[in-house]
Amino acid sequence: MPADALLHIEDLTKVFHIRQGFSSQEFHAVDNASIVIDSGKPEIFAVVGESGSGKTTLAKMVLGMEAPSQGNLRYKDRQVAALSKREMKNWFYHEVQPVFQDPFAAFSPLKQIDRYLYETVYNYKMVGDKKEAPRYINEVLSEVGLTLAEIAGRYPNELSGGQAQRVAIARALLTKPSLIVADEPVSMLDASLRMSVVNMFRKLKEDNAVSVIYITHDLATAFYAGDRIAVMLRGWIVEMGPTEQVLGNPLHPYTQNLKTSIPSIKSDEAWDEKIDLAVIETDEYTRTGCKFAGRCPAVMDICHDNIPPSVEHEGRSVKCFLYDEALPAARN
Amino acid sequence: MGTIIEAVNLRAYYITNAYGVERTVQAVDDISLKIEEGEVYGIAGESGCGKSTLMRVLLNAYQPPLTVVGGDVVYTLDGERVSAAEMSDEKNRDLRWRKLSYIPQGSMHVLNPVRRIRDSFHDFISAHRDVSKAESYQLTAEYLRDLGLPEKVMRSYPHQLSGGMRQRVTIALATILWPKLIFADEPTTALDVVVQRGVIQMLKDVQQKEGSTLVLITHDIGVHANLADRIGILYAGKLVEEAETQTILNQPRHPYTRYLIESLPNLESRAELMSIPGRPPALDRPPSGCRFHERCPLAKDICKTVEPQLIKIAPKHFTACHVVEEELSHAS
Repeated sequence: MPADALLHIEDLTKVFHIRQGFSSQEFHAVDNASIVIDSGKPEIFAVVGESGSGKTTLAKMVLGMEAPSQGNLRYKDRQVAALSKREMKNWFYHEVQPVFQDPFAAFSPLKQIDRYLYETVYNYKMVGDKKEAPRYINEVLSEVGLTLAEIAGRYPNELSGGQAQRVAIARALLTKPSLIVADEPVSMLDASLRMSVVNMFRKLKEDNAVSVIYITHDLATAFYAGDRIAVMLRGWIVEMGPTEQVLGNPLHPYTQNLKTSIPSIKSDEAWDEKIDLAVIETDEYTRTGCKFAGRCPAVMDICHDNIPPSVEHEGRSVKCFLYDEALPAARN
Repeated sequence: MGTIIEAVNLRAYYITNAYGVERTVQAVDDISLKIEEGEVYGIAGESGCGKSTLMRVLLNAYQPPLTVVGGDVVYTLDGERVSAAEMSDEKNRDLRWRKLSYIPQGSMHVLNPVRRIRDSFHDFISAHRDVSKAESYQLTAEYLRDLGLPEKVMRSYPHQLSGGMRQRVTIALATILWPKLIFADEPTTALDVVVQRGVIQMLKDVQQKEGSTLVLITHDIGVHANLADRIGILYAGKLVEEAETQTILNQPRHPYTRYLIESLPNLESRAELMSIPGRPPALDRPPSGCRFHERCPLAKDICKTVEPQLIKIAPKHFTACHVVEEELSHAS
């Protein structure tokens, strides 16, 4: 295992049980996910996939909010599951901070929004003297293009979605984290505001050396912001590698499907062929072979009963029989 | 092919009077537009710019505090001209769903959770036509088959279907009586790209099969690019630009439209994109002159005081901007 990893995720699995009457069915919300983020080199790691692909469960496990069923999750070479409550608060949450989808749900409408910033500063003892808090908060807010004077005493409803989300990011930055886990941070925002938040992640990576796990279903912003990308499907990471390669020239049929489904503003790229959609989501989770076999245009016999291996191909890993060297016949 | 719906100097305000404080929100202010039979007309703009309000008024389905304070909506359905201002409730009920149909925002949640899909269809059909249960089941089965939806959804309950399938079922429900004029409010906003593509294809199918007119509201320009024939851009309750889709995408003239188009991320380049500075104005106290002047990089003195009028700058291309107007007068 690389010693200098910031975050090391190894074969991480989360099993949930669906109960129907007396029978209970297992399903793997995240299935054997492995991701390494280096500590020396800050990066934006994008995680994309449809709703119900396990993105949020993965994020919750990284944040220590959900215990993994199996596998290893190490942050700076320490097992996250083994940390005590005190260590979680005094160390882990200084290092790893979340940003959630809906800023208006994250902040109470009855509470002035700057109170959250003060509370974070006091709880995490970010300043020696309470009198220094406003200066420190103002400094952090300036990183996200706001000032304390602008938001002091305001309630969340007085801010625009973009502003509120930037306050949420500033709140996360107060503890000087090395890693931010952002779960769909822009999906509630308008296209014009989206770019201001995504641009900010790029700036934080450059200027403050913060790594970001950027979870989204929006491929265009993932391409714009992400250095590396993992494409998730029903709990599996089906393709992972440098963003420009994975989205520039997708190999997995599912990634190809995703890419061609982005509505293009160029008329010559209008869709001609029809695509199949999943009728019932849980059917795909409990499928025995490849989870995509039911919708895959390149499906082979082997896909229905066997789980495809993750193979290294053209600089990324792909979980698909099409690229399995052990199956030369499958390549044709 | 003639005009099917026309808005004439339409003004619709939210007028509230709580505890003696009167507040007027000018959500739709002096909008005139004409929509031709058989076309797909897209309405785009940020949240809070009046898109959904405009749709409600065009559909003649609004209640206080929303009040139409000026102008009128005129429908031409089957050769009969009907003015919304003069329409009786009875006539309104008669038109709705049979001639006019509406796919509301987040419409995947409108299905009755304790009834099977086919019974929801029967409830709906029998409210407008004198049919037996067997007849409406058959009608539903045929229609779903036409639209390529699997037959097993008939017997399913809504919670058993995936989000995209529910959305498609709702669209089928809203269009089964073959309305002439269909309004869709953000039909794909909560969906993933692959599912969104399926829903767009289906909307296209329905519209082309029946030659109906579709009014499509979404902030997603990519969706408009794939569906709409013409696009109207709304900003702060005003129509600021209207043109054919290709013109809006390739030669936008209004500074706001240009921002909207230029801030779209794509999968070709990761070059930095600008976001629009500031936020949309609150519509209870709209800015004087051009409502965009506070955020406009090209704003001149005249923009702060005089409201620009929508002028024709090319065939089928209208925009409301002093700067564009000036450029044109210099050119000629």
